[in-house]
Amino acid sequence: MANISSLHVNGAKRSVDANAQSSLLSVLREQLDLTGTKYGCGEGQCGACTVLIDGVPHRSCLTPVADAEGKTITTIEGLAHGGHLHPLQEAFLAEEAMQCAYCTSGMIMSAVGLLRTDPNPTETKIKDALDGNICRCGTHPRIVAAVQRAAHSMRGGAQ
Amino acid sequence: MNEHANVPLAIEPERYELREARAYVFDLTRRDLFKFLGAGALILCASSRATALQESGRGQRRMDDMPKDVGAWLHIGQDGKVTAFTGKVEVGQNIRTSLSQAVAEELRVPTSQIRLVMGDTLLTPYDMGTFGSRTTPTMNLQLRRAAAAACDMLKDLAAQTWNVPRENLIAADGKISDQLSKNSATYGDLLKNRELAQLIPDQDPLLPATEWKIAGRPLAKIGGRDFVTGAHKYPSDQKRPGMIYGKVVRPSKFEATLASVDTSGAEKMPGVIVVRDGDFIGVAAPSEELATHAAAAIKSEWSAAPQPSSKNVFEYLRNNPAARESSNASPQATSPTNAISASYNVAYIAHAPLEPRAALAEWNGDMLTVWTGTQRPFGVREELAAAFHIPQESVHVLMPDTGSGYGGKHTGETAIEAARLARAAKKPVKLVWTRKEEFTWAYFRPAGVIDIRASVDSNGRLEYWEFTNFNSGGSGLNTPYAAEVRNERFQPTKYPLRQGSYRGLAATANHFARESFMDELAHQAKLDPLEFRLKNLKDDRLRAVFEAAAKKFGWPHAKKSPGQGFGIAGGVEKGGYIATCGEVAVERGTGAVRVVRLISAFECGAIVNPDGLRNQVEGSNIMGLGGALFEAIDFEDGRILNAAFSKYRVPRFKDVPAVETVLLDRRDLPSAGAGETPIVGVAACIGNAIFDATGIRLRSLPMVPNGLKLV
Repeated sequence: MANISSLHVNGAKRSVDANAQSSLLSVLREQLDLTGTKYGCGEGQCGACTVLIDGVPHRSCLTPVADAEGKTITTIEGLAHGGHLHPLQEAFLAEEAMQCAYCTSGMIMSAVGLLRTDPNPTETKIKDALDGNICRCGTHPRIVAAVQRAAHSMRGGAQ
Repeated sequence: MNEHANVPLAIEPERYELREARAYVFDLTRRDLFKFLGAGALILCASSRATALQESGRGQRRMDDMPKDVGAWLHIGQDGKVTAFTGKVEVGQNIRTSLSQAVAEELRVPTSQIRLVMGDTLLTPYDMGTFGSRTTPTMNLQLRRAAAAACDMLKDLAAQTWNVPRENLIAADGKISDQLSKNSATYGDLLKNRELAQLIPDQDPLLPATEWKIAGRPLAKIGGRDFVTGAHKYPSDQKRPGMIYGKVVRPSKFEATLASVDTSGAEKMPGVIVVRDGDFIGVAAPSEELATHAAAAIKSEWSAAPQPSSKNVFEYLRNNPAARESSNASPQATSPTNAISASYNVAYIAHAPLEPRAALAEWNGDMLTVWTGTQRPFGVREELAAAFHIPQESVHVLMPDTGSGYGGKHTGETAIEAARLARAAKKPVKLVWTRKEEFTWAYFRPAGVIDIRASVDSNGRLEYWEFTNFNSGGSGLNTPYAAEVRNERFQPTKYPLRQGSYRGLAATANHFARESFMDELAHQAKLDPLEFRLKNLKDDRLRAVFEAAAKKFGWPHAKKSPGQGFGIAGGVEKGGYIATCGEVAVERGTGAVRVVRLISAFECGAIVNPDGLRNQVEGSNIMGLGGALFEAIDFEDGRILNAAFSKYRVPRFKDVPAVETVLLDRRDLPSAGAGETPIVGVAACIGNAIFDATGIRLRSLPMVPNGLKLV
């Protein structure tokens, strides 16, 4: 099987040496040291490994790295620009929408995907979009509030 | 490869919280500490048991020898940076933040100038572990005392340096100032080229909570930015030069012994190291993927005796008593003829921390360093020392802030496994348990059976109360209600799964049973459930949270639609007082249960960080929904049948109701911990609401694993 030798991650071309069928998660974490993307279940059930591929949230634990080759991959480490946090990152801090924060990367990446397609989601839509992401600490209401806050801010509203 | 046979890997299952304090031999010297920390001031807070301190007073004793029994210490450097050292660990309960507030308060420095070193067996004082909601009532006080003593020491120093009266000195914002002479110096400047050490006793007076300026207010999670940017390195994110990845070949069942093994398939794989040591079989390889393939290529046969199943676990617990442990029977403990009785069941559930157990182990000669996610770094150090027959001084355990624990990360098996593989590989090895391993080889919250028999007199007062808990534990066993005759006991039993601590311990099971049965008694006595509770309550603090929750909820609530139901439950545990009101909606036809809202009132003395506390109460209620409604471990003959998030349902966004929290701040009372107790009200509250909606009493947790079946 062909090996994958490079990936476009967070705006840069990065060299890797991976089997085509290796999970994108393992390549990001082991070869590129992008450990903000987390392992939680390995079966696409918890969302901790969520990254964007061409802007769309994907479970990187179930994504063969070959499927991401030639596409634009964004991980949690690639969201902030020039020292400025993404509005969702700001909102998670403002709402204290975390306890252990192990789910936070995946939550934020899933929410980035949501706000890209729906800049003004209802509470129900936010819950639908994030239902595949598990938070064991029970910060769900704060996460919903953070997504609402970020949506407001991204639409140009004052914080 | 098969070196060092007979290294014991079996770990005694830990059944309940560890309670015994251990003697600790302090092996650092004062010189070592200054060498490591640099010049400045060092304040050590001794536990009250330390005899060396009996004659010492605050700000008086100068320390020459290192004491034997220190709970925490604090260092102020020449740059004014404050470092506090504690063996407690951060697993999401945000004690890094609340402890920093405590130090900032007493030392009068901004929290940004404070760094906490936590759970590092080389750098921090011995600590038994982070459990039992003990951090706030104990470590918070110790660090506050150390900080207060440091502040006094700095004032002494300034008074001497400027030759001014000490009473006029003011400490604020990391500086000591004298109003009259207009002298002012930062802590760092005062400590230039000095090495001051002081030992303070545990009983020093502190600022009363009514005077707090930094504590008692919300403070956002320290280092929050690192968590939202992915920069924070959890245990499973750690990396060392030359590191490779480990996997363990697991037995086919619990309590199994290895009958035969063929490792040849794995040994042929380039770069793969195979370790066989007694019944331990593991591999290490340059990638986790290769390690997984190699482990899968090992053929092993195991033998084990037949074991019980979750289908008959409650009969098993009832029929297999072990030694009788505790009872508080009143003298004439015979039940009156008007007594009613009921039995409640609680299933085994898993902690399922989102970060599974993980460890990175590295040997340097006979010295072992392990980074691992554990609530007991010093306990893991002991386990490692015992497993490898090396002194504890040769083992260094570090605990990076971890992806939660909930009482599930007390033991050190992952650390031992990683260390065993690292020793064979002669390279650092990282081992991260898979979700299936986490669901199978960790330990569980104990299942239990609870029998209650009680009677109420014609005035609605409890006259007789008999309560027996089989297996799940003694926490929260005793009723806070005033019954004339009481007979409460915990009956240990044989148990089919490895079991241990879980957030709230058995208090959740005991409150579920007690607060459900209080509802049954209220119904029988034709009294409102809240009125019945208040009538039988003598504890004012518990009464206050019941009244606060009821007021916020609007209890008693008139029903507006069929299928709507309201419930209330509460209790006191670990110094915290909780009352929870809930509303459910039960759909006719399907019987589907939806929790609509939960309102909790909580009181734990003086509040250190209100928003952090609110977060814990909300989180407890939401986590508690799982065990109340649908979480249960299915097992059969030594195997877990639902060891995956696709088979074991945890609360998700769509399950989460509107959650509100009322905090009662008692600045006149010492602060108690809050990470556990708020969880104990939710199951009974929901069960009582379901009864109110349907007339059906659900007495087994989880209550609606497949949706409520209406009769």
